[in-house]
Amino acid sequence: MSEQVYEPKIIGFLCNWCSYAGADLAGVSRLEYPPSLKIIRVPCSGRVSPELVIRAFREGADGVMVLGCHIGDCHYATGNHRTARRMPVLRALLEFTGVEPERFLVKWVSSSEGELFAQTVQEFTERLREMPPLETYLTADV
Amino acid sequence: MMDAGRHPNITLLTYSEVEEVSGYVGNFTVRIRKRARSVKEDLCTGCGTCEEKCPKKVTDEVFEVGLGKRKAIYRPFAQAIPNIPAIDRESCLFFTKGRCKLCEKVCPTGAIDYTQEDENLEVQVGNIILATGYDVFDARRISAYGYGRYPNVFTSLEVERMLSGAGPTSGRILLRDGEGEPKSVAIIHCVGSRDENYHPYCSKVCCMYSLKLAHLVHGKTGARVYQCYIDMRSGGKAYEEFYKRLQEEGVVFINGRPSEILAEDGKLAVYVEDRALGRQMRLLVDMVILSVGLEPRHDAHEVARMFGISTDADGWFKEKHPKLDPVATMTEGVFIAGCAQGPKDIPDSVAQGAAAAARVLTIIQQGEVEVEAATAVVDEMMCVGCGLCIQTCPYTAIEYLEERKVAHVVEVLCKGCGTCAGACPSKAIALRHFTDRQLISEMMGAIYAMRTELRNTQYATRGA
Repeated sequence: MSEQVYEPKIIGFLCNWCSYAGADLAGVSRLEYPPSLKIIRVPCSGRVSPELVIRAFREGADGVMVLGCHIGDCHYATGNHRTARRMPVLRALLEFTGVEPERFLVKWVSSSEGELFAQTVQEFTERLREMPPLETYLTADV
Repeated sequence: MMDAGRHPNITLLTYSEVEEVSGYVGNFTVRIRKRARSVKEDLCTGCGTCEEKCPKKVTDEVFEVGLGKRKAIYRPFAQAIPNIPAIDRESCLFFTKGRCKLCEKVCPTGAIDYTQEDENLEVQVGNIILATGYDVFDARRISAYGYGRYPNVFTSLEVERMLSGAGPTSGRILLRDGEGEPKSVAIIHCVGSRDENYHPYCSKVCCMYSLKLAHLVHGKTGARVYQCYIDMRSGGKAYEEFYKRLQEEGVVFINGRPSEILAEDGKLAVYVEDRALGRQMRLLVDMVILSVGLEPRHDAHEVARMFGISTDADGWFKEKHPKLDPVATMTEGVFIAGCAQGPKDIPDSVAQGAAAAARVLTIIQQGEVEVEAATAVVDEMMCVGCGLCIQTCPYTAIEYLEERKVAHVVEVLCKGCGTCAGACPSKAIALRHFTDRQLISEMMGAIYAMRTELRNTQYATRGA
């Protein structure tokens, strides 16, 4: 029997204009990245409410990433400024509730950064592989 | 320019500033402060007598880039439209010392009015085109080139003024230290452009104007002209041919960016490595011309904010789409043209200006506008009227209904970013097609799929 590799489940909220296009570019440029990520397209990273991230963890995601445009590049002028302010607060809350903050990634990836996108997914997946699945905590008898 | 000034449907508001913009496409209200010229526009005939007689001379830092002088009552340049002067109150003898009033005496139509005050105008417009242009890179910032320290280091704009027959030197190229005409000139490209320390982008116009300056300076003075360039970017109609012609004229092209300029042997020594020869060079020249790059207007950020558009990483106004919609912005009804959008030459600016005008005409002709389908919507039953969404909205598209104590989305203004939906603490505001319900369903589906995939692969491994 071959060795089992734990494949984490990642939900990624990608802004339509920068990061989603960046992911598209990664595909077009035939860059490889782990299939552990499932992308939810949102118009702007500012659309992502903290509740959505928490819900993703609750539904069984091992990691959640929110990718948006670089600050100053937001398609909607200042939508990602909100993300930049909101997400650190959420991170602190996650930590408080016992979800390691390493499971939550916020990063700026532009539409021209396909390589950065692939690399980000790769690194995030590897980071999560080091940790146990989140579900083991959630389903453990308390 | 003259045609625009004469056109019955065009009102020119020069010497004015936009102070506030509100509303949306088809319905903008713009508050403009029209500054006091101290000259009555309806009476002035533009004869220029006042300018001629005014006893106060001031250095013209704008049009003549500090090389020439203007009067205290002046037109910014000879061909200015409208042809009406303004009094510079900071230097006018009457405004500073309380005497003179010579312009009032000589004015044949009695147009001078010292008591004139700034005027506030409010205009209703349907569309707005921003063509605010650019600023020139300040060559003083690169101290290694010694602009401002060595008298004979010039900027391209200064040389441009000297080349003009109506300019400060009546068309002669003269050294600043009074030694007459230069016998050798080095033109340095990309000053402030293509430089990680200043601006990473190419300013696009400098290669061609540097070639033009080389041609004219060489033609007027017979001087030996060196061009120090990184890459010659002569893309454009008949541009490459002009470059060829300059090579035949005997201009020396050196492929390298100079490291520094020093005053040596009574001349300027330009240190540069010629990449083509692979050799370090020291050019001894009388005059250095710095081909300064273009940069966004110093107030581009504030202007962008006022009109509800965004700027890109370099500070230029951001277009809706770089290839497919280069004149529109993300704000409906606001268009951009010319260098405000990015460095470009005159033909490109004219083309973009015409395109922006055509886009506006299309909207006027249609008589109605298409709005974004995916807009935010407030559930008034749920809304507590906290106003958080109003603060977060980048487009000021949400208003507070005082009588119902709830938020309300102005659909014409909403671009559908959903930042409000991400902020609402009572989940009362939803972005159509991206509602919480839809996103959560999508997410659950994705996680379910991943689980299934995982199980299948595990079975597969076990079977093997």
